Amino acid sequence: MSDTLKGRPSGAGPVVAGYRPEEPGTHPPLDFPDYRSTELRFPRRPLVPLPHRLTEVTGPLLGEGRVGETDHDLTAQHPGEPLGERIVVQGRVLDGDGRPVPGTLVEVWQANAAGRYRHDGDRHPAPLDPNFSGAGRCPTDAEGRFRFVTVKPGAYPWKNHHNAWRPAHIHFSLFGRAFAQRLITQMYFPGDPLFPFDPILSSVPEAARERLVSRLDLDTTVPEWALGYRWDIVLRGRRATPLENEDDDP
Amino acid sequence: MTLPETPSQTIGPFFAVGLPWPDGPDVVADGTPGALWIGGQVTDGAGEPVPDALVETWQADPAGRFVGGSGASGFRGFGRCATDAEGRWAVRTLKPGPLPVPDGGLEAPHLNVSVFARGLLNRLVTRIYFPDEPDANAADPLLASIPDPRVRVRLVATPDGDRLRFDIRLQGDRETPFLAL
Repeated sequence: MSDTLKGRPSGAGPVVAGYRPEEPGTHPPLDFPDYRSTELRFPRRPLVPLPHRLTEVTGPLLGEGRVGETDHDLTAQHPGEPLGERIVVQGRVLDGDGRPVPGTLVEVWQANAAGRYRHDGDRHPAPLDPNFSGAGRCPTDAEGRFRFVTVKPGAYPWKNHHNAWRPAHIHFSLFGRAFAQRLITQMYFPGDPLFPFDPILSSVPEAARERLVSRLDLDTTVPEWALGYRWDIVLRGRRATPLENEDDDP
Repeated sequence: MTLPETPSQTIGPFFAVGLPWPDGPDVVADGTPGALWIGGQVTDGAGEPVPDALVETWQADPAGRFVGGSGASGFRGFGRCATDAEGRWAVRTLKPGPLPVPDGGLEAPHLNVSVFARGLLNRLVTRIYFPDEPDANAADPLLASIPDPRVRVRLVATPDGDRLRFDIRLQGDRETPFLAL
């Protein structure tokens, strides 16, 4: 390695197509006092710009071998069915250029129908459900589609402020195809009256909030069995300038 | 066609119900020649440990290649570790090779790091460089872009026995430099 360093490589490294910078008005600020936990955790120094090179435009491909038979069906992971309203949640993972992201791992976790997580730190006095763990995994298909079967999570109280309740939500974790596309977010349900009181959803710039709300979809609904919700997720797109080999993702 | 990006939300306090994997910290398997542990502690602006953070790493292999998934080499490139009650995390990996950049220079060996936690509405990104690469670090374009050497050095891990230590200070006097991606 040091020989290469001293002599400099004869050929220059590959020119890689970077991803677009974060679009202003998309993501929440790190400093958001209404969400009290940000206070001691947000960095106060300005962020250092990181140009997109090889480490930023590559990423793990973790679909295969990490997903079991019932991982996409949170109602089928125990001997009995969980209590609550059975639902189907499906959608597509796309990039900001409208292209589907196939074969990428989607991970979800959520509270049960009573609004309780199977986690030691959750002290909400609502019942645990012996038939519900609340975690799921699914790789996207060739068109970027994912589909989960679960129960609708309940709202639950948290101690951020007096009478603070989180609207019902499902946590989503996405990889995309590049480190620059990694995203963890939350999906909400349409028409929830708790939206205006929730500092976590409200941390998102107003015009972008609706992107976190799924829609009731009768085509996703399975008649006589489960209501369906549809939610598409858009990861960061490439910069406009097309460069050679930009689709050669390792 | 340009689609509007989906906003980030916090990972929250209860991600342990779904995200940690039993083999999450194993970028390489136990017993892999050259394997080393890199880890440290995540602390907040009061210096208190952060027991509910998730630290992820992404890197090239020793030859400077990105192998993606669970390739035949057994090198995953990706590590994931939730912090424990004392805010500690670690991954077992191999030191990556240097990476060429378009202008003919090299990036010094490094790991990209994502930090997620309750109280972080978006992920934080940083990098870990290696203490035994002073020449390569001096020539690294990202490190060179940080003018203050006392800040720059916070991106370089420190030897800690047979491990490398990299503490992540979210806020405060010796705050970790975080990167805008």
